[in-house]
Amino acid sequence: MNNEKVTLLTMRGIDKSFPGVVALSKVDFTLYAGEIHALMGENGAGKSTLIKVLTGVEEMDGGEIRMEGIDNPIINKSPQDAQRHGISTVYQEVNLCSNLSVAENIYIGREPKKCGRIDWKAINRKSRELLDKFQIYIDVTKPLGNYSVAIQQMVAIARAVDISSRVLILDEPTSSLDEQEVDKLFEVMFQLKQQGLGIIFVTHYLEQVYRISDRITVLRNGMLVGEYETSKLPIVQLVAKMMGKDLDDLSTIKNLEVALENEKKPEILLEAEHLGHSGTIKPFNLYIQKGEVIGLSGLLGSGRSELARVLYGADKPDMGELKWKGKHLTVNAPIDAMKAGMAYLPENRIAEGIIADLSVRENIMIALQAKRGIFKLLSRKEQEEFTDQYIDLLQIKTSDREVPIKQLSGGNQQKVILARWLLINPDFMILDEPTRGIDVGTKTEIQRLVLQLAQKGKSILFISSEIEEMLRVCSRMVILRDKVKVGELEGAELTQSNIMRAIAGGGKHD
Amino acid sequence: MTKGKQLFMRVTKHALFFPLTCLAIVLIINLMKTPSFFQISLNNGVLYGYMMDILNRSSELIILAVGMTLVVAGSGGTDISVGAVSAVAGAVTIFALVGSMSSDTYRMPYGLAILLGILAGMLCGAFNGFLVAKLRIQPMVATLILFTAGRGIAQVITQGFILYVRKEEFKYLGNFIPGVPIPTPIFIATFVVVITVVILKKTALGLYIQSVGINAKAARLVGLNATLLTFLVYTFSGLCAGIAGMIITSRVYSIDANNAGLNIELDAILAVAIGGNSLSGGKFSIAGSIIGAITIQALTTSLYAMKVTADQLPVYKAIVVIIIVMIQSKELKRIRQSVRHKFLCLGERRWAK
Amino acid sequence: MIHRIRNRLSDNTFLLFITIGLFIIMYITGIIIYRDNNFGRFQVFLNLFISNGGLIVAAVGMTMVLITGGIDISVGSVVAMTCMLLAWMMENKNIGAIPAIIIVLLIGIVFGLVQGWLIAYLKIQPFIVTLAGMFFARGMTAVISTDIISIKNETFLTLANAKIYLPFGGYLNRKGTMVYPYIYPSVIIGIVVLISIYLMLRFTKFGRSIYAVGGNEQSALLMGLNVKRTKLKVYVFNGFLAALAGFVFCLNTSGGFVEQAKGFEMEAIAAAVIGGTLLTGGVGNVIGSLFGVLIKGTIETFITFQGTLSSWWTKIVIAVLLCFFIVLQSILASTKHKGKGDEIKK
Repeated sequence: MNNEKVTLLTMRGIDKSFPGVVALSKVDFTLYAGEIHALMGENGAGKSTLIKVLTGVEEMDGGEIRMEGIDNPIINKSPQDAQRHGISTVYQEVNLCSNLSVAENIYIGREPKKCGRIDWKAINRKSRELLDKFQIYIDVTKPLGNYSVAIQQMVAIARAVDISSRVLILDEPTSSLDEQEVDKLFEVMFQLKQQGLGIIFVTHYLEQVYRISDRITVLRNGMLVGEYETSKLPIVQLVAKMMGKDLDDLSTIKNLEVALENEKKPEILLEAEHLGHSGTIKPFNLYIQKGEVIGLSGLLGSGRSELARVLYGADKPDMGELKWKGKHLTVNAPIDAMKAGMAYLPENRIAEGIIADLSVRENIMIALQAKRGIFKLLSRKEQEEFTDQYIDLLQIKTSDREVPIKQLSGGNQQKVILARWLLINPDFMILDEPTRGIDVGTKTEIQRLVLQLAQKGKSILFISSEIEEMLRVCSRMVILRDKVKVGELEGAELTQSNIMRAIAGGGKHD
Repeated sequence: MTKGKQLFMRVTKHALFFPLTCLAIVLIINLMKTPSFFQISLNNGVLYGYMMDILNRSSELIILAVGMTLVVAGSGGTDISVGAVSAVAGAVTIFALVGSMSSDTYRMPYGLAILLGILAGMLCGAFNGFLVAKLRIQPMVATLILFTAGRGIAQVITQGFILYVRKEEFKYLGNFIPGVPIPTPIFIATFVVVITVVILKKTALGLYIQSVGINAKAARLVGLNATLLTFLVYTFSGLCAGIAGMIITSRVYSIDANNAGLNIELDAILAVAIGGNSLSGGKFSIAGSIIGAITIQALTTSLYAMKVTADQLPVYKAIVVIIIVMIQSKELKRIRQSVRHKFLCLGERRWAK
Repeated sequence: MIHRIRNRLSDNTFLLFITIGLFIIMYITGIIIYRDNNFGRFQVFLNLFISNGGLIVAAVGMTMVLITGGIDISVGSVVAMTCMLLAWMMENKNIGAIPAIIIVLLIGIVFGLVQGWLIAYLKIQPFIVTLAGMFFARGMTAVISTDIISIKNETFLTLANAKIYLPFGGYLNRKGTMVYPYIYPSVIIGIVVLISIYLMLRFTKFGRSIYAVGGNEQSALLMGLNVKRTKLKVYVFNGFLAALAGFVFCLNTSGGFVEQAKGFEMEAIAAAVIGGTLLTGGVGNVIGSLFGVLIKGTIETFITFQGTLSSWWTKIVIAVLLCFFIVLQSILASTKHKGKGDEIKK
């Protein structure tokens, strides 16, 4: 344990705003030498912004950063500045060149030279020695791309540590690793910790945080929630702090508002048996009844969107079977799912939802058109009627239905995408964060709409980061953690505290 | 905003503003040099005049530009093989008609030979489409293969000779049908354009192509088959090249594998760019490309009038291409904005003092 | 089994082996088929270098551009323009050979500078920029002169025709005297360029940054490399090499005319791709490109020895080979993701 705690890095009162959004507000952060410090928070918490400010990718609006051994506060204006101060980062998408050899990746930009030309012998020798220290025995002359992501990450870490060995930031390093690879990574991290490095471990994997970290900093909505010693913070409390709930108050919050006590419709619409997709979601079993609203809950990165994508066929499942209305259904592409009666509102509106230059009208009718087929073009009159109908229903703020969707605000764009899927009258809708970025009044409208649809016999898979929202509309909840389905809750079991316990996992770390 | 300013904004923001302006500039310059530029007269039952000539000669270019527009819109790439493919199509047709020696008799029905030629064009397009859509090879590289090999293939078909078809009927396609005052290519171009626009607008195809070009991921999630659509646009471009080949060879009632459709690919790309279409894909305007094609042809005519030879023409066209893509370049806009920003800041600082 | 072989050799060397192997097979086939026509003589091998000195230089430059993930289809036109310029300067303007050569090389650099700036700093697609460059240069060739200009300049012709005899590889002719094979200065230039660029790519920071930028531009940026400047320098280099290739080409043709070097850029690209350069960037080797050129030369030699096939067949065969290698590359790329990841379980 660290008897004499040397403070390696302090960040005090960090402020950072972007147009319209306060990303960080008076955030403090402290890192000691020889510790592994986990930085945690949900979507919009500010983790990535804090890291970007520290590493010089973004400029902070206010606050101070100090490093041990440097009298004046430091300001990093670029990743190179940060490196010079001894701070380096390894990202989830390993930022190395897979076409170059392992050795070269470690030394690029600073190649040792002999008589004016690059000394390859030295590069190979030194990188071999470097990796040997981490007990990674690989052929450093082979291209980096020949090795797995886990190895590539180690190489990135080796490079980072070799260049600047004081603070190492690991941003979601374990997302693509399997168990053995995670073990290896943790060995390396432990070794670095013994050498006196300070490691900032940005992650959402609760198990891992409790395995390896010494302290935890939790951010929420751009503000510091607190700094804790891992051994002294029960896991359920951690989850509560990340989601902004106070565990004591939970029992007083009203759970189920709307009565879905009306006739139980036990008819099963969709059944997934051991359905999975390598790399994104482990095989899961799930059944969805007609007229039910089922919620998918879990922390960021737990696999919610991935599960949704596999159901819809956006990622073609390579394991298991999907049954629709009792019969086997093969989904090779989204159109198969659409024709069966499914709809999917993606989480990433901009990258996968809107077709930016097309008009509001065209964005609304495109799914219905695809379902009808290329030859049965909807008449202009029909298109206009549909569009006006939904502009009215969802209160979409647009000056004209011909305006390109990219000109609308985020929330209104979301409404247009929602209208697109409502238009095809699906039996089953997957809504991934449907109310993100939408004003409170409309949020309630959409929640009411979801319940109406359920009453009409439609089924809905509802994914949201806001538990209250889900409790308001869902009659059943599926809990995911670390890309595995870990449980289901329904009826009276549906309370905030139960959900959070399920997410946390309970047991060892209580 | 005042009514006048509103009108100005609406006019300049219109999709066809840019191409029409370019056309207007070229036409006005021509008019200044040749006062009789817009004159059309009827001689020997046939319409004559500079404008007629331009419209006539731009027909194959219009057809190619239509194909190129869809390729650019749907895949963000360009099909540089169209010139070579038109030569291949012409070679197939003429070889089918007269075999390996110039002749005045047909070996097979005219219609069938034409069909074979157009089919050959489609096949080449399908080859490109397969490479791009299925094998995911970059469009520039995929179409570069036929760009080089195409003329070689045409040469092999004609065995290195320039084959002539000495039958009067053969010239009708590229020149005039007896008794019809308007040149046939104009009819063909109109036909192709009308059919294409009807299909694009009366089915969802136009919408689909734009969607795939703008956001292929989102298009896939709403149920579109992006791979198939990409394959189709390249095949269609090959089809257009085939038709263009028919016109080109009929004009000179021969096939010269080296020169048929030479450099026409640059013209086609230029037409699409002048037409206001973004070369990175997305929304497109066929009308814009047509205007672009006519503008290019008018530009070519003017340059010829200024005694520029056919070989030297590409210099001017290259400069025009560069200017247009520079204007379209986002980076340039960003540089201009930051320069303007710095300028304003400087000004503000002066004011503050 | 193929997978195991593949995983043993890294991609680069695997493709290189295929290329060298292909060349050796083709050449030996030629020796066997045409042994009566003296295909086996060393001079035939040297002729590959003599006829393609310019292509070697151009292929080397093209390899550099392709490694960065770009492309330059203006090379052929630049070669023609250079040739025409040289001929015109020496014959019509009485400029000496050496100054003329220096001028065209400078023009090549400027050409590369303009294209490079548009591509690296304005981020316009390389294909479009070099397409315009191609038409510009080809047109300028015609602007300079639409007639053929033959070079009569003494210095130039001496340089072009000076036979350099090699002290080995000769054969005994019918009279019993030893006939030694020869090369021309153009070959020396080609080889010098090849070796210099090879050394540069392997042993200088600039050379390595070319590979990094081509492999992953984003990563290269984050690792502190100046991506824009690297790209600009590559196109400047390539412009210089294109002009140099034009000069070497001119040593062979001793004249300039408008139709010259049509399709030359395709040959350079084909040589690079067949030699193992990936079109997606990041991978490439000028030695491989040399063999790509030699393969093209061998095919040409085949067709010449065959006698009846038209020279267009060379272009078709090259296009087919190119197609084959592109498809091969794309298949290798898609199977890359299988079969990795056992290293850590030790």
